Amino acid sequence: MRPMAPRPRMWLRRPAFLSATALVGSLMPAAAFAAEAKEGMPQLDVHHPLFVSHIVWLVIIFAVLYRLLSSWALPKVGEVLEMRAARIAEDLDAAREAKTEADGAVAELTQATREAQASAQAEIGAAVSAAKAEAASQSAVLNARLDAQIAEADSRIAAARSAALGALRQVATDTAATVVTRLTGSEPDSFTVDNAVGAALAARGHA
Amino acid sequence: MAAEAHTIDALGQFKLAPALGGIGGSVNFTNSNLMMLVAGLLVLALLYYGARPRAVVPGRLQALAELCYDGIYNMCIETIGDEGKRFFPFIFTLFFFVLMGNLLGLLPFSFTFTSHISVTFALAALVIVLVTVVALRIHGMHFFSYFFPAGAPKLLAPLIIPVEIISYLSRPVSLSIRLFANMVAGHVMFEVFASFVVMMAAAGAVGTVAAIFPMALNVALVGFELLVAFLQAYVFAILTCIYLHDAVHLH
Repeated sequence: MRPMAPRPRMWLRRPAFLSATALVGSLMPAAAFAAEAKEGMPQLDVHHPLFVSHIVWLVIIFAVLYRLLSSWALPKVGEVLEMRAARIAEDLDAAREAKTEADGAVAELTQATREAQASAQAEIGAAVSAAKAEAASQSAVLNARLDAQIAEADSRIAAARSAALGALRQVATDTAATVVTRLTGSEPDSFTVDNAVGAALAARGHA
Repeated sequence: MAAEAHTIDALGQFKLAPALGGIGGSVNFTNSNLMMLVAGLLVLALLYYGARPRAVVPGRLQALAELCYDGIYNMCIETIGDEGKRFFPFIFTLFFFVLMGNLLGLLPFSFTFTSHISVTFALAALVIVLVTVVALRIHGMHFFSYFFPAGAPKLLAPLIIPVEIISYLSRPVSLSIRLFANMVAGHVMFEVFASFVVMMAAAGAVGTVAAIFPMALNVALVGFELLVAFLQAYVFAILTCIYLHDAVHLH
């Protein structure tokens, strides 16, 4: 059927009714005046000398108006509307492009931040481990030096001790020889004294 | 224009007369045709001066021109369909020719060419010829199936076909009489009430005071006639669109 017809047609009934009422309402008083009855409506006077030319000029004016509107005036307005539509579409495209660009930039920035964070983390880790390694090596060197110093000190102590012990035996032997000489008046056999001192030192635990 | 002899010459305003002096008279150019010319020039001027700024953000006149263009364009597309684009200039011309004729007729001392049945019938005949030619061009002989709806019982054909043909042929008649009657009614009422004002004022002091009422009625009538001017132009155009829709799509 006609998809568009019902809406306007329903709508038309009212004005048509209105106009019919208006026509009846207005023609009645007009008809009451006798002067009209003789002449009738000028619109229906087909014998009027201007009746035909009126329509001929109507056709000419309407045709010229149609021609001018369809080929000159309406395309001008249409052009302006098209121009605006194109401009709006262009602007929308530009805006869309800018948005994608901005989105890309944001993504890039996020990526860069993430990368920077990761690299910073890695650098911090590397620095910490390097510092740890250095500290470990430094402490190892220090320990080694200290160990060496301790060992040296130990050996020095041992040397001093043995030297002291050796000196003690000499002093003891000399003292014993001197004591024996003073007591007996005769110098004792050095071999015998030495043996006795050795035995006495061994008894006290000093080899 | 009330006659001196206390009669109301309500129909005198519709009389054709030569216009544009000797040159117009020699080619039988009438006062009615003069208003047609003015109407056409106004429409052209509106579009020309409206489209001239070519602004992206339109001014008032440009907005008006674009509104006219868009309004009629959308009416064509919505009513006729996509084929409406081809008929847009015709519908535009028709609508604004009728609208300008109606509106110009409301000015004092002007002439309402849409109040002539010969003018409205010529336009309606143009519409119906165009509609028929379009239908024949698109559908060929199939067009005649329009007069017998598909699915109707064959027995009723002798009844349906004449009814459909009469209904088709009465289209230009109703189209032209609707516009003509509306404009005549409005202008006769103007004339009658205006004559009342003059006649009552001539009757004395009481009449002069009472003449306010027909005067007020006429003021209200101007507003009503403005509505009718737009409405009837719209009706003429939309009915043409509907007929064209029928021609393009048949049923």
